Amino acid sequence: MTPIQTLGFRTLMLVAHLGRLGIFVGRLARASVLPPSRMRRFVDEVFDIGVLSLPIVCLSGATVGAVLGFQSYVALARFGAEGSVGAVVGIALIREFGPVLTALLVTGRAGSAMAAEIASMVQTGQLDGLRMMSIDPMHFVVMPKAWGMLFAMPLLSALFIVFAIAGGYGVSVTLLGLDPGTYISSLETAVDFHDDVMQSLTKALVFGVLMASISTYRGYTSEPTSAGVSAATTGTVVVASVAVLLFDYALTTLWGV
Amino acid sequence: MDGSLGGEFHIAFDGVHLTLGRRPVFRGLSCGFVRGQLTVVLGGSGAGKSTLLRLVGGLERPDAGTVRVAGEDVSRLPERQLYRVRERIGMLFQGGALLDSMTVFDNVALPLREHTEKAPDEVAAEVNRRLADVGLPDVGELFPRHLSGGMSRRAALARCVVMDPEIVLCDEPFSGLDPLNVRRVEALLVDLSHRRGLTLVVTSHHLASSLRMADRIVFLVDGHAVSGTPEDLLHNEDRRIVDFLAAEIDPAFDVAAIADERAAAGGGA
Repeated sequence: MTPIQTLGFRTLMLVAHLGRLGIFVGRLARASVLPPSRMRRFVDEVFDIGVLSLPIVCLSGATVGAVLGFQSYVALARFGAEGSVGAVVGIALIREFGPVLTALLVTGRAGSAMAAEIASMVQTGQLDGLRMMSIDPMHFVVMPKAWGMLFAMPLLSALFIVFAIAGGYGVSVTLLGLDPGTYISSLETAVDFHDDVMQSLTKALVFGVLMASISTYRGYTSEPTSAGVSAATTGTVVVASVAVLLFDYALTTLWGV
Repeated sequence: MDGSLGGEFHIAFDGVHLTLGRRPVFRGLSCGFVRGQLTVVLGGSGAGKSTLLRLVGGLERPDAGTVRVAGEDVSRLPERQLYRVRERIGMLFQGGALLDSMTVFDNVALPLREHTEKAPDEVAAEVNRRLADVGLPDVGELFPRHLSGGMSRRAALARCVVMDPEIVLCDEPFSGLDPLNVRRVEALLVDLSHRRGLTLVVTSHHLASSLRMADRIVFLVDGHAVSGTPEDLLHNEDRRIVDFLAAEIDPAFDVAAIADERAAAGGGA
């Protein structure tokens, strides 16, 4: 194939995948309004995705906040503006780092696990087993996982931000000697509920939708082989991570900053 | 041969063509499975035995031809309507297909919880009874990963019949079982067919069991079906069937003795 043909083929494949993903999300949305509610399975998924991700999210948040606080302090101190560290840390974390890094972390931990679990169910015939029991796997397996991811993402992002702000406080106040009141007041003054907090929440929700759709889709449509499980897992991490970064740019631009 | 059956086809294949990847599996397959009888599907590896069961369950769609299950053409039904047909079918998969995130008890209880209004104690009684039937009375609290392959398959068999389906499809139910459990599962399948009147379609490589229990045999070869009674199969002169039997039959295995055993039992199992 010539390079042009290859490009055309790849483009067609991408469009076909997007179309299938759209149909998959439509089926998922339809399954979501059908009884029963699968509340118990949903709660189990929130535990798996949310509670079990807490250590990694909180630890990463504190570390990122500490690094951000340190670097901001060093850079701003050159201009005698170290009093603005709280504002820089707060805005950067709430608008960008919180939702984006949480999404990347959760994709790596829970999204890949979700895709691998569903792909493994495909491989071992468990989804066909459900179908033969007249139980829709989309309703029984996929829907609780997707909603669990969607529910957990904003909460994990918020926790990431809280721990990151605490990390920034710890470094700039405890280690570097910035006045605690200055850190908090600059943070409080700079952060706006609509522009910053709502933007952060919206991003976390959109990323949750992306990650839930991509990881369940990749698992559900995987080849029933070991290679299929592997491809679903790595594909989820790559595609969801890139999608999160692309959508982050788009949302940031659309919000108008 | 099927024309002489005189029974009602519960499942009927008519001119089914199916290609998986680039490999043609069925090339105009036509055969029927009689209501209330136990039919064993034989054939070499890759002959399409498991695929035949998947076509009955609507898990595969033929490229051409029809698959009728209880009068409904499952090859053309949309997925939602297939669920209605599948409520009449129990399927035992080759690997068991138990949900590995649930205990054995919950696996067997799942169809009852999903499709009936039974109280928890009724569900528990039913599940325990079914597990006892397959010789697994004490494994309810274990997870599938704690079971051997044979135990998983028996637990899956308990799940497959827990809703008392009209049709039971079993994909290699004897593979990996010890001789005692082969007899146990065989007796259970025969009981389902002969006492409860269910239609059973069993794929198997286990020739002794197949000949002992089958009312009819469907032999898959080159994408087509040759069907008849076990006696027909044993006396068939088709080279492909003779070769299959010669390769499958243990030298110590006495075909004539089994034929006599069947004759003494009145032709059935």
